[in-house]
Amino acid sequence: MQRANPATVRSSAIAAGSLSSRVLVGVDAKATWAELVHGSILDMPLHGSDVEELRGKSILLATIDQFRAAAALIELDGIARRIVLYPPDVPVEHLAYVAKTAEADVLITDHDAAADAPHGIGSVIRCAHNVSPTESSREEQDAIETEWILLTSGTTGLPKLAVHTLASLAGSAWHTDPASASLVWSTFYDMRRYGGLHIFLHAALTGTSLVVSHAQEPVADFLARAGANGVTNISGTPSHWRRALMSPAASRIEPEYIRMSGEIVDQAILNQVRAQYPQARVAHTFASTEAGVGFNVDDGLMGFPAEILESNPLIEMKIKDSTLRIRSTRTATRYLGDAAPVLKDADDFVDTGDTIELRNGRYYFTGRRDGTINVGGYKVHPEEVEAVINRHPVVAMSLVKAKKNPITGALVVADVVLHAQASASGGDEAQRGILEFCRKQLDHHKVPAVINIVAALPIGESGKLVRRA
Amino acid sequence: MDIKAEIVAQFKQVAKEQDKRLAPLTEELALLDSGLDSLCFAIVVARLETSLGVDPFSEDEDARFPVTFGDFVRFYENAKS
Repeated sequence: MQRANPATVRSSAIAAGSLSSRVLVGVDAKATWAELVHGSILDMPLHGSDVEELRGKSILLATIDQFRAAAALIELDGIARRIVLYPPDVPVEHLAYVAKTAEADVLITDHDAAADAPHGIGSVIRCAHNVSPTESSREEQDAIETEWILLTSGTTGLPKLAVHTLASLAGSAWHTDPASASLVWSTFYDMRRYGGLHIFLHAALTGTSLVVSHAQEPVADFLARAGANGVTNISGTPSHWRRALMSPAASRIEPEYIRMSGEIVDQAILNQVRAQYPQARVAHTFASTEAGVGFNVDDGLMGFPAEILESNPLIEMKIKDSTLRIRSTRTATRYLGDAAPVLKDADDFVDTGDTIELRNGRYYFTGRRDGTINVGGYKVHPEEVEAVINRHPVVAMSLVKAKKNPITGALVVADVVLHAQASASGGDEAQRGILEFCRKQLDHHKVPAVINIVAALPIGESGKLVRRA
Repeated sequence: MDIKAEIVAQFKQVAKEQDKRLAPLTEELALLDSGLDSLCFAIVVARLETSLGVDPFSEDEDARFPVTFGDFVRFYENAKS
């Protein structure tokens, strides 16, 4: 859908005002919002060409740096037909698959690994170090509704491509008020992930400053930089916060508002954050790439009060088969691709897959129905890990599951049944061999932290492994 | 069991497995400067739970996170006593 003349990040940021007094701060570059909305980050290959060349194109945006990604988003929303946000932690090996699925015409990047990868995209544009003023005048009435594509992890190891628009990402609830210009938002998230994108758009559309992190920046450096820039509001996953609290630099920020999302929030991390930042209001939010924003909890307790399900007429929520379902204008519309899975049910509800249970008038998250393991904000599908383990010659079968962990929320552990011959020759060697095998083929967070050699695994009546006790 | 020795052994083992360069484990070493990342610490804590039979991070919801290696060792020593 390419609705004519929709609001864009650029037009909304201009409408929010205070363009010259608020800033976007990256690790090695900084610009005012005035410079951002009137400038260009693109190092256009042909002299004299400008962003109009990209009108109607499908663009794969794969920068490492967040400042450059932000500048490109401001520049391209309303011009491009589609923008794919490629996070820096997704391997460049997946570029070709993502480019094909999104029918990408142009790759925009800031590093050689992506530019030189076999991505199959005809045109590559490099990012400049910072924005520079452009000559061209841009007509906002020519804006088209750009599709924003966010990557989420799939069971096969290849990412899934969820389709949003600025309208679904931003919602209607945000508004500018005179106090916004004095706020400085920041986030531990990367803006190519839903949680980080939400903060970027919040800053753009309500008119605040924003400090963005960098994938290779040590947490202490980021905290010091955020503090030096006077951060007032900051978000992250519980794992981000646990890591921050382990740093002596935790005291470098003095936020007024702290938000957590992206993982199950437990009481310990809420208490620990409040103890470190007694001046701050601490809230946690339920949101996901597919389901959009659900709700915000600010009573300082884990879980959420049952009445929240009924609290917002614009976001309908229900519990079915013990998972949370959400219907709203904030959900993604679909996945891209020929064999893409279905995102919404017949009634337009998105199944979050998050299982919850009711205790004394309050709902608590208990995990994922499909067994997806959330390791510090990174999703791991047990089937993908099992497929690797099962390829090891000594393995008869395996079951991968979550083990609760106070640092990353959960860790991956595997119960493995060995072939009779292998189990006779001792388990230790097999354990080491399987781990080595996994490390070669899986991302770090997907490699089991513990491998238990077991005699048998329970099989249900359906003939499938019993995944839940 | 010597708690500190076990902790040192796990730091070394996990650093080796995860291909991280471990800094010398002095009392004052800030944990985030040790060379280990969050995933490494998560694995260390899970393995120490197995070997020492205690997870002080999960025992007390109000416990402050240790910041230095010395804090980390005392965190476990106090949990055991």
